[in-house]
Amino acid sequence: MSDAVDENTLTMLKEVMEDDFGKLIDAYLDDCSRKMPQLPLLLESRDFEQLRRMAHSLKGASSNFGAHALTELCLQIELAAKAGEETGLEALVRAAGAEQQRVADALAAHR
Amino acid sequence: MDSQQPLRILIADDTDSDRLILESIVRREGHVPVSVADGRQAVEAFLEQRPDLVLMDALMPVMDGFEAAELIKARAGDELVPIIFLTSLSDTESLVRCLEAGGDDFISKPYNRVILQAKIKAFMRMRDMHRVVQQQRDQISLHNRQLLQEQEVAKKVFDNIAHTGCLDAPNVKYRLSPLAIFNGDVIVAAIRPSGSMMVLLGDFTGHGLPAAVGAMPLANCFYGMVKKGFAMVDILREINQKLKQTLPLGVFCCATMVELNFNSHRARIWNGGLPDCVLYRQRDGSLQPFRSSHLPLGILDDSAFKDDCLHVDMALGDKIYLWSDGIIEARNKSGEMFGEERLLEIFREANDGEAIFHRILDAVDTYCGGERNDDLSLIELTMTEQASVVSPREEPREHRYSGLQEWALSLRLEPSTLRLFDPLPLLLSILVEVPGLSSYSGRLYTLLAELYTNALEHGVLQLDSSLKGTSAGFAEYYRQRQQRLAELAAGHVDIRLRHKLLGNGGELTIIVEDSGPGFDYLQLRPLCPGADQFSGRGLGLIRQLSHAVEYRGNGSEVEVVFQWDAND
Repeated sequence: MSDAVDENTLTMLKEVMEDDFGKLIDAYLDDCSRKMPQLPLLLESRDFEQLRRMAHSLKGASSNFGAHALTELCLQIELAAKAGEETGLEALVRAAGAEQQRVADALAAHR
Repeated sequence: MDSQQPLRILIADDTDSDRLILESIVRREGHVPVSVADGRQAVEAFLEQRPDLVLMDALMPVMDGFEAAELIKARAGDELVPIIFLTSLSDTESLVRCLEAGGDDFISKPYNRVILQAKIKAFMRMRDMHRVVQQQRDQISLHNRQLLQEQEVAKKVFDNIAHTGCLDAPNVKYRLSPLAIFNGDVIVAAIRPSGSMMVLLGDFTGHGLPAAVGAMPLANCFYGMVKKGFAMVDILREINQKLKQTLPLGVFCCATMVELNFNSHRARIWNGGLPDCVLYRQRDGSLQPFRSSHLPLGILDDSAFKDDCLHVDMALGDKIYLWSDGIIEARNKSGEMFGEERLLEIFREANDGEAIFHRILDAVDTYCGGERNDDLSLIELTMTEQASVVSPREEPREHRYSGLQEWALSLRLEPSTLRLFDPLPLLLSILVEVPGLSSYSGRLYTLLAELYTNALEHGVLQLDSSLKGTSAGFAEYYRQRQQRLAELAAGHVDIRLRHKLLGNGGELTIIVEDSGPGFDYLQLRPLCPGADQFSGRGLGLIRQLSHAVEYRGNGSEVEVVFQWDAND
């Protein structure tokens, strides 16, 4: 079993969502697939404000699924973007992309 | 509103998955979610759907949560619409922005169902409480409006009763706030048929309507009885008894009553519970205080009530001052009271009595920093000649087409009644029921008083009027009168009244017959009118006031005819 998402959190979420749990996962993954590819582009164009907002939004959404590692990576991107610290941002964005893929795989198993 | 009722909850969040989770939680709690994806939609949805609670994401496209929250709070007005910010913001600065925008609370991601549920419940309780407070506030302001309207009505009713008096007589100065009745202060003044003036200053306990209700029976009683010629002690007793019967325990009336007799230049004073009233003598500027020596009106039963009055001789121009404790207790800005000492100082410094009244008012107003004092009642009564006091104003005819017209009555007073009862007010109260005749009540009172006194004292009691020639004899006369009255076993006085209509007025025939031995009335005829002023049977006065006087039989029966004309 993957450690990309916290099982306890997902169980609780399932309980809250009942039949809509699948719809919820779809919504989250759609959101991610729209936002994640934008992160490297925003970094390239040095739009740190938009980058910060995007990371903030992904962080909040991911936290609801117990995707702790991804949430933490998004937080790091948000803080660095806010501070305008370019160093390391590229590595963070790349790591977030890879982690998001792991999260997507783990969630797909729960559908 | 019942907290169990489903609520409409607005959810504003641009992330689809976050919104879905919140919708699910809200729905599972039995409420109705309304979802939007940005701030502008949130404001629109708020205006259209009027949600009970708003869950608002801070960072959203188009319009962020801060701006949307401010707009919603502004449009909500008096209504309490709690806004809970959905945020993973953790820095203090952002949280402060949420609060400044009108946020009431925060909830952070990941969303926890239990926490959200607790917050929804807490805010609903708060909102219910807010509604109750607002309802109560509206109710209080409504009640206050009603109260003021009711007071206005009560004041009008009271003014109709109270202002039938003679407060506008030239020898009376007074100050009374227009709403004084609601401070419990009341002033009534009227002129008796005999011509003397009765004034009462009352101060009821309490404030507002409870203080005002007692003023109605008091004024009614006072004016009714003064007009009919009752004596001061009877009026005091009646008011006391009426207040005692009608007012609840603990509500009573401190009062001072004064009767000014303009013929004898004497005053009679009764003070029950008010501050000292004072007599200011114009001649030497001296002051004589009259301390309260009785309990206020409305406390004691009639049997325990004390009606003894102080008598004082006055010269023309001497003045009596009455005040309630409003003057003494008037406070300056630092809360100190004006006090009795400052008040008396004004009298001591005065060179001219005419200035005192306004000096007192000015001094109190100045002391209070120029602020109008609503709780201040003051009366000045000056001793003058009878003629300068206006005669009792013609009452507006209360019942034009009703009342006694043509009638006759016969009244026999037996010893037990003769001993204790003064029949004059009773008779006068009947006579004033004849429309138009009430304006002659002064003359009628005097006529009846003379006739009745003759019948009782010279007829039934057989007192010798020549005794009254000296002042020692005068006292002896009254001693004998009292003794014979107390020992009276047999005898009576018959009073017969008959009234018929005549022209624009009428003719009243008064027959008074006593059980005495009579007298030689033929011998009295040659006497000139002035000769029987102090003794004899006051015949001169009777002749002066009536149109015909006739003694009959042995002299123990007399018939007097009084004609009146409504156009006179």
